[in-house]
Amino acid sequence: MSLTARESLDNPRVADAGLARELLYRMKRIRMVEEAIAERYPEGKMRCPTHLSIGQEAVSAAVGMALRAGDFAVSGHRAHGHYLGKGGDLKKMIAEIYGKATGCSGGKGGSMHLIDRDVGFMGSTAIVASTIPVGVGLGLSIRLRGGDQISTVFLGDGAVEEGVFFESANFAALKKLPVLFVCENNFYSVYSPMRVRQPPGRSIHAMVGSLGVPSESGDGNDVVDVYTRVRSAVEEIRNGAGPRFFEFTTYRWREHCGPNFDNDIGYRSQDEFLSWKSKDPIERLEGQLVGTGALGKEDIGRMEADIRHEVEQAFAFAESSPFPSADETFTHLYKD
Amino acid sequence: MRVINFAKAINEALACAMEADQRVICYGLGVDDPKGIFGTTLGLQDRFGEDRVFDMPTSENAMTGVGIGASMNDIRPVMTHQRLDFFLLAMDQLVNNAAKWYYMFGGQQSVPITIRLILGRGWGQGPTHSQNLQSWFAHVPGLKVVMPTTPADAKGLLLSSIFDDNPVVFLEHRWLHNVEGDVPQGDFWVPIGKAHLLEEGDDLTIVSMSYMTIEALHATAHMKALGVGCDLIDLRTIMPLDWEAIAVSVRKTGRLLVLDTASETGSFAGEVIARSAMHLFDVLKQAPRRIAMPDFPSPTSPALTRGYYRGAADIVRVTSEMLGQDLKPDAAEKNRQSPHDVPGDWFKGPF
Ligand SMILES: Cc1ncc(C[n+]2csc(CCOP(=O)(O)OP(=O)(O)O)c2C)c(N)n1
Ligand SMILES: [Mg+2]
Repeated sequence: MSLTARESLDNPRVADAGLARELLYRMKRIRMVEEAIAERYPEGKMRCPTHLSIGQEAVSAAVGMALRAGDFAVSGHRAHGHYLGKGGDLKKMIAEIYGKATGCSGGKGGSMHLIDRDVGFMGSTAIVASTIPVGVGLGLSIRLRGGDQISTVFLGDGAVEEGVFFESANFAALKKLPVLFVCENNFYSVYSPMRVRQPPGRSIHAMVGSLGVPSESGDGNDVVDVYTRVRSAVEEIRNGAGPRFFEFTTYRWREHCGPNFDNDIGYRSQDEFLSWKSKDPIERLEGQLVGTGALGKEDIGRMEADIRHEVEQAFAFAESSPFPSADETFTHLYKD
Repeated sequence: MRVINFAKAINEALACAMEADQRVICYGLGVDDPKGIFGTTLGLQDRFGEDRVFDMPTSENAMTGVGIGASMNDIRPVMTHQRLDFFLLAMDQLVNNAAKWYYMFGGQQSVPITIRLILGRGWGQGPTHSQNLQSWFAHVPGLKVVMPTTPADAKGLLLSSIFDDNPVVFLEHRWLHNVEGDVPQGDFWVPIGKAHLLEEGDDLTIVSMSYMTIEALHATAHMKALGVGCDLIDLRTIMPLDWEAIAVSVRKTGRLLVLDTASETGSFAGEVIARSAMHLFDVLKQAPRRIAMPDFPSPTSPALTRGYYRGAADIVRVTSEMLGQDLKPDAAEKNRQSPHDVPGDWFKGPF
C-alpha cells in the first residue's frame, strides 16, 4: 500500500481487488494531510487563508481516481483534496501553504491558488465560481484539439448561485463539451445555510438538468458509490456524450476557513455536526473492509504509517525549503 | 465623546440610519452571521428584523442590480462585501446601471445605494483578496467614492453615504477595523467631498487616504521630532475630490507627496499629481512624488509581501530626498510592527 496517488493514477490494478483499499488509502491521505495542517496552523507559519476539506474526502478521492493524469481539473478555495486526489504533488502543496519558493505556485498563491500541471490540475482560485468557465474552456480546447481527455470542474453549493455558473453550464451543454461538473453540496456558504440562499425544495441537480446538462445526485460520503458513478460518467463523456453534473451531499467538519471547530458560534448545531460525523466516509469504508475481513487492523496501521511518513516528509520539506527571495515579488508579471 | 473602534463606528452608523429611516436596508453575504462582517453588522438583524437585514445568495452581480431596483422605489440599500475582490462580479450593474441611471434618463431617477467593500491585506490574502481598486471607481462618472481612515469619519461618512441620493462606493480597509478613536454618539454626519487636515506643517504637503494615512501619521510624528512639519491631508472622499484643500496646502508648502494604497500606475495619486502639475505648477518648488504599491498583483507569501507594501519608513525616505535632509528612515522602520503582515496583535488570521 505504498503506491503514491500519482503512480496509481493510471493503474488498472485498483479497478479490481484493490479498489476499495485504494479509495480508503486516498481518503486517509487527504484526511491526514488536512489534520496535520490543522494541527500546525496555530504555529503561525502557514500565513494564508486555508480552507480544509476534512469530512469531504470521499469526493476528492473518488473523482481523482476516476480520472486519468491527462484529464484536466480546476477548483476553488477549498481545493487541497481536489489537488491531492488528482495526483498533485503533496510536498509542493504544503510548501505553497508555507509561502516557500518550492511551493507549487512559488509562494505567490498560497493555499487558495494551487496548480500542478503535470497531473492536469490546472488551477484553483479564491473567487467563488471563477474557475467554472475556465474548466469549460479547457473542455472546449479538448474538443478543438481532439482526443479523449475530459475537464473536471469542482464547485460548491454556493458557486451555483453565481451567474457565471449558469452561463458556463449553458455553453457546455450547447457545445456538448467533455466537462464533468462535480458539486459538493455541504449546505453552507461560509456561515450562510442553504435556507437563506436558495428556495425551499430546490434540487441543485434537477435545476442543472433543466439547463441541458444530464445531472444526478448522490451520497458524497459513500466513496465507492461516488467512484462507480463518476467512473461510468467519465467514460460516457470521453465517448462524446457531452457534459455531466453530479451533486454530492457531504459536510465540512471544521470552520469555513482556518483550523478550528466552530459548532459553538451559532450558525450550525453540534447535533448536526455529530450526525454528519457519524457518516464519516473514512470510518464507513474502513468499517466495511475490516468487517468483511478484506483488510486487517495491521493493514490499516501500515497504511497510516506510510501516509504519516509521507506527510512528515512533506512538512519537513516545506519547513526546510527557502522562502522566495525578495526579487520574486517582482517576477512573472508578463511572460517574455 | 467616547472611544470606540472603526468596526463599531460602522455598526453604529448602520444602526443609526436604520433607526432614523425605515427605508434603509442592509444586506450581503454574512451580514447576520455570528461574525457580523468583522463586527460591523452585529446585532442589526435582532434589532431591525429579517426583512431589513438579510443574508443573500452568493450572487454579487444580481444582488447589486436588485439593490439598484429597490433604490428606485424609495428603498435605501446598504450592501456589504467582505472583500472588494468579490464585488468585481458586479461591475456591470455598478458601472452600466448605478453610475449612469440618473444621467442617461435626463435626471429623473437617481440610484441611492451604498456599497461597502472591504480591502484586504496581510496574512496571505494574496492576489485575489487584497486589491485596492478605488481608482477604477473614481474613474466612472456618477459614482461617489469614500475611503475613511478614522472611526469618527467612518461613522459620519457612512451616514452621509446612506442618505446621499447617489451611488456611493464606501471602502473600508481591513487593517482599520480595530483602530480606535473618539466618535460622537448618536446622529453624526461628516460631509462627502471634504478632506481632513490631520497634521499641520510648512515643509511638505502629504495627501493620503485610508490605511496609508495611518502610516503617514507614524511618519509625520517621526519627522516632527526631527523638526520637519507636514500638512497631512486625509482625503476621506476621493470622488468628488476636495481639490481646494490640497491647493491651499500646496500653495503654502510648495511640495507635494501623495500616498495611495493601490498599484501606482493609474492610481488616484496620479490624478492628484496631474491636477497639481496643471494648476499649481507655479508654486511647486520641485516635482511632486507619490508612494503607492508596485505595479504587480499582491503576492501571498510573507517573504514576498514584505517588499511589496509601502509604509512609514518609505514616507520618511522620500521626504528626506525631497527636502535634502537625513530624516533617519531606518529608525522609522524599526518602530513599525513586526511581523509585517498583520495589523497588530488582535489579528490572528485567517482573514
Ligand atoms: C465571488 C465571491 N463571493 C464571495 C466570496 C467569499 N467566499 C469565500 S468561500 C465562500 C463560500 C462558497 O461556498 P461554497 O461554494 O458552497 O463552497 P464551500 O466553502 O462550502 O466549500 C464564499 C462566499 C468569494 N470568495 N468570492
Ligand atoms: Mg458549500
